[in-house]
Amino acid sequence: MNPIQRATAGDAAGHHAQSEIRSAALLRQVMAEYYREFGEPGDGRAAPVAWCTSVGPAELLRALGFRVFFPENHGAMLGAARTANRYMPLAHGQGYSPDICSYLTSDIGACLAGETPLSSFGLSATPRPDVLVFNTNQCRDVREWFEWYGRRWNVPVIGVRSPRSLETVTDDDVDAIAKQILLLIPTLEAVAGTRLDGARLAEAVRLSRECSDLWEACLYTASRRPAPFTFFDATIHMGPAVVLRGAEAACRYYRVLLAELEERVGQRIGAVPSEAFRLYWEGMPIWGRLRSLSTLFTGFRTSVVASTYCNSWIFADLDPADPIRSMARSSLELFIVRSEGAKEAYIARMVRLYDVDGIVFHDCRTCPNNTNTRYGMPRRLGERLGIPTLVLEGDVNDLRCFSDEQSRTNVEGFIEQLADARLSGVSR
Amino acid sequence: MTRYAGIDSGSWNTKAVIIDATARVLGTSVVRSGADLAGAAERAYAAALANAACDADSIEAVWSTGFGRQSVAFADGSRTELDCHGRGAAHYIAGPLVVIDIGGQDAKVIRLDASGQRLSHRMNRKCAAGTGSFLDEIALRLGIDIAGLDALAVQSVEELELSSFCTVFAGTELLTLIRAGKRPTDLAKAAYRSLVKRVVAMDVFQGRVVATGGVVAHHPTMVRLLSSELHTEIVVPPHPQEMGAFGAALAARDGAVSVGPDGGERGCSLVPATDRGARHAS
Repeated sequence: MNPIQRATAGDAAGHHAQSEIRSAALLRQVMAEYYREFGEPGDGRAAPVAWCTSVGPAELLRALGFRVFFPENHGAMLGAARTANRYMPLAHGQGYSPDICSYLTSDIGACLAGETPLSSFGLSATPRPDVLVFNTNQCRDVREWFEWYGRRWNVPVIGVRSPRSLETVTDDDVDAIAKQILLLIPTLEAVAGTRLDGARLAEAVRLSRECSDLWEACLYTASRRPAPFTFFDATIHMGPAVVLRGAEAACRYYRVLLAELEERVGQRIGAVPSEAFRLYWEGMPIWGRLRSLSTLFTGFRTSVVASTYCNSWIFADLDPADPIRSMARSSLELFIVRSEGAKEAYIARMVRLYDVDGIVFHDCRTCPNNTNTRYGMPRRLGERLGIPTLVLEGDVNDLRCFSDEQSRTNVEGFIEQLADARLSGVSR
Repeated sequence: MTRYAGIDSGSWNTKAVIIDATARVLGTSVVRSGADLAGAAERAYAAALANAACDADSIEAVWSTGFGRQSVAFADGSRTELDCHGRGAAHYIAGPLVVIDIGGQDAKVIRLDASGQRLSHRMNRKCAAGTGSFLDEIALRLGIDIAGLDALAVQSVEELELSSFCTVFAGTELLTLIRAGKRPTDLAKAAYRSLVKRVVAMDVFQGRVVATGGVVAHHPTMVRLLSSELHTEIVVPPHPQEMGAFGAALAARDGAVSVGPDGGERGCSLVPATDRGARHAS
């Protein structure tokens, strides 16, 4: 047995081969039900439709009876289906730059092309909104995206304008956002044709919090060795947390998923056979290369066990006893809203929690706000934590910004570095 | 005599090196990679064997590296070019080192500690600027063979700048300068200066700086400009163009860990860093 085999023998002992997560079948069912509920646009819908940014005030919309559609989820579907590059030029032609969010340009391009991957759920188009509700806590682009649809459908575009780069979240910050959320209510009530019921709002917040807790517990199972699922799996299984928070269906799904993941932990079933290295992923997924990257890392016996991205749907501050203010605080405590220092402290906690050997940063070409490579963070964190960091250049949807060959060499070289360090006894 | 071979299947050229157990270079070769990477690897290997006056049966192990490392079917293992350039450089020059490898399609900066252990690496962005392709584009615009670019640059008397980030835009900028009556000699040197500025922006350069790769081997003016820009001596080891292949041969000799999906796991001993036979440029 050579040194690396010795170094990893303890981890490898008793591992089972990778097996598919059974809950994936239920996931497909839950997601299909969610999409089918929108029905055909404009045809006898039982409830108005609100579009919401991924970390916008979804609970408020659910409490008012809206069916809530998340276009970022649609953008991710276009990326994962590798159709985004077909649609983006249509949006570029409208004056939307190739350098701005490729979710935005793929989604608008798909709309202009009259195509959608939702067709597999019986929808011929994305559900037509009655109102669009944004929160700029993640970026400016979501607002510009919604404004395009607002003009197209002549419907109101309202939202919350959040501060950015917060070192700490103060009560004053929370008050300012809470006030903006309250100001949304009259417009939303008018569109919904109903008054906001405080009990329904509290219930939506309670369900969101439960969903968040369950999702967090699912993610945390990957702190065990071997990790029962990876970042690449989690980007798929996070679907209900994104589109169904505030609804019981999401909680139901995560109870099932959590039970299965805990079972895998108990049986030492790893997502990566004979897991030798563990990494943290910082930044957006590269949707069109999820499978190939997952296969690449698996081939190197490397499990990408945790990520900022999947953690971003953990809203630990939601409190049904104080719905509006807790929604406001949750929207500001998010990683993406925080300063470099706060982000570094967060990643340092995750590195310890998940006991990783290195960090992979994705420099996402069209998503500067969810890219943390551009102000020296990889170098600072690597030096501070004593672990190597790797920067992969790519994009969330625009595959022209990604080089398969260069990325493969980058990743393989990084794993060589980890392997050599382990062999030579260099520890962090 | 026990011999080892390394094949560096690069995007433009495939290089092969034969070494003995003491890492003495017995034979080398450089052939065009073309579209048939496997065929180029076989040709390069055969040429290096002929150059070393030995046959394949006398080779204990062959390891591959480079862009086409997975295409070398007869290799016993592979390491990335990040490893092999670092490994090769560390054989000749004691660390800590910063190794700059400038190839046809990419540029890399590899930081090694005193024992030759890799600390980090950086690759150029998905862009030709800062690579050999940039120089080829410039030579094309100047209407000269790439082999003549350095001879042209050494005659430069005026300091010109190509400020564009993009190779295509730099080509256009070059045409503007030609229209303005600027001399080809000064434009050739400006191209090297532009390449150097891209490379020095890739990392922090502390410790001894070593340069390897085909561009380094054939463009000494670029190396001098690099030295001037970094305010430090640039060490060029023997066989800079074949350094990746040499590193692969060392990996074969040392039984490094082949981490690739197709690679077995062999014991690893890092190459002791010594400082022999290096060429220094400043």
